Amino acid sequence: MSDVPLPARTRRDAFPPNWPACIGLTVLALYVLYASTILDITWARFMVGLDQGSRFLSRMFPPNVAPDKLALLYNGMSESLQIAIIATAVGVLLSLPLGLAAARNLAPLPLAWFSRGLIVAFRTFHPVIVAILFVKAVGFGALAGMLALVVASLGFLSKLVAEAVEEMSMKPVEAVRATGASFLSVVVMAVLPQVMARFIGFSAYQLDSNLRNSALVGLVGGGGIGATLFTAFQRFDYDFVLTIVLAIIAVVMVGEIVSGFMRRLFQ
Amino acid sequence: MTATPTIGPRQWHRFSVTERIMRSVFYLMALIAIVWSLRSIEIIPEFLYDAPQQTADLFARMWPIDWAWYPKVVHAALLETLHTATLGTILAVVMASLVALLVARNITRSAVLNGIGRFILVATRSVHAMVWALFFVAVFGPGALAGTLAIAVHSIGFTGKFLSEAIEEAKPGPIEALTAAGASPLAILLKGYWPQVKPAFLAIATFRWDINVRESAVLGLVGGGGLGMALDTALSNLYWDQAGLVLFVIFVIVIAVEIVTAWIRGKII
Repeated sequence: MSDVPLPARTRRDAFPPNWPACIGLTVLALYVLYASTILDITWARFMVGLDQGSRFLSRMFPPNVAPDKLALLYNGMSESLQIAIIATAVGVLLSLPLGLAAARNLAPLPLAWFSRGLIVAFRTFHPVIVAILFVKAVGFGALAGMLALVVASLGFLSKLVAEAVEEMSMKPVEAVRATGASFLSVVVMAVLPQVMARFIGFSAYQLDSNLRNSALVGLVGGGGIGATLFTAFQRFDYDFVLTIVLAIIAVVMVGEIVSGFMRRLFQ
Repeated sequence: MTATPTIGPRQWHRFSVTERIMRSVFYLMALIAIVWSLRSIEIIPEFLYDAPQQTADLFARMWPIDWAWYPKVVHAALLETLHTATLGTILAVVMASLVALLVARNITRSAVLNGIGRFILVATRSVHAMVWALFFVAVFGPGALAGTLAIAVHSIGFTGKFLSEAIEEAKPGPIEALTAAGASPLAILLKGYWPQVKPAFLAIATFRWDINVRESAVLGLVGGGGLGMALDTALSNLYWDQAGLVLFVIFVIVIAVEIVTAWIRGKII
């Protein structure tokens, strides 16, 4: 049958060894070992921790639902909600002008670069760090947290507004300008209709993210449920901690549903 | 024409009646929510009187920045933050891959297991990394171990969600070919799914790393180690010039990481 003997290997291996990937994985594994030693992450510590963890978990269950604790939870949570709602509203209102000022096709270039620098500065710092600075500036409480979230919202929303404005079609803008309209009319009649749908989508996302972050700013003195949570941790009320965390998860999930609904409504 | 004389010129609307009603209801609800928040939020006006002075004071005390503190404390803290973020991301990607396999409907054909996986994703994502850090500090004590685990656990949700979506989008053709050739499940995973998922996988991992560097810079405020710890020390001692240094370092590192990830993303995609 086979009168011509086939050479030993006529075909390439279907799956040749992938040396770059192997080397990459080895380097990664070595890095993990190196970083673990640097960070003093050892198996013994981990095991001791697991032992403590089980005690910790047993102290968390069942979640504490005593009426006085629930009242604390309700107060903290409603303050967090207020912080998130006001921060989103103010952020949305301010991000439109800032975003327009940062769009290079509408604003004069120096103004655009200045606004872009401002947006980068807003976006770079974590809301928690901004909250620390505001706690120093305006004192403990909801206002500091709110201002921190306004800054975070401005950073995120203005950047997206600027991008949306730069991507839009300039034809309506030229048409409206040709009628001799003022700058405000150009914005209202030619720019907003093109970016509004996306803007509302972003705002919905920002509301969502402010809800999550409003639980955070309280950890550094910004008011809201974060403050309640931090106090509970410091008092070792771990069963109440579990109640708070479950409540946060529930509120965040409801917030996700609401913002998803909002996005669909305005698509 | 004569059959419908009463209708007149047709009215065109951009949105249907239901849409308009729903939107109006939504605007009303939003307004109510904002008014409720504004009326009931507790702001102490006495704190506001000296806010301008306090702010000026804040910046005056930060300047000049205490550069001498960098080699003493901040450099080590910076490295710790970077290692925390990177190690946390690696751990998260490993764990998230397993959960993503559990969630992807084309791999795990069980609604119950899909649901369990999905719950893990939502639960880990909803609790912020700083709250996870509080937990892990209580369990493992303050330090980078707690921070790394907090970063890792919190990132599972985000990474796993996008990974499972990427796996579900994989084309069935190569998978069917491998199945027909009698490949083992592991071989199908490595040679059928992995090449299709790889670009998304790398993109998700680098994006998450970018986020994690930002997050790990603040974890130290609750005991998670790194730059946050240095910031916390400076703030508790009221050394604002040192705090200014830490803030400056965070600013630089976040921008640097953003440039690096943009470069990596350009290479992958």
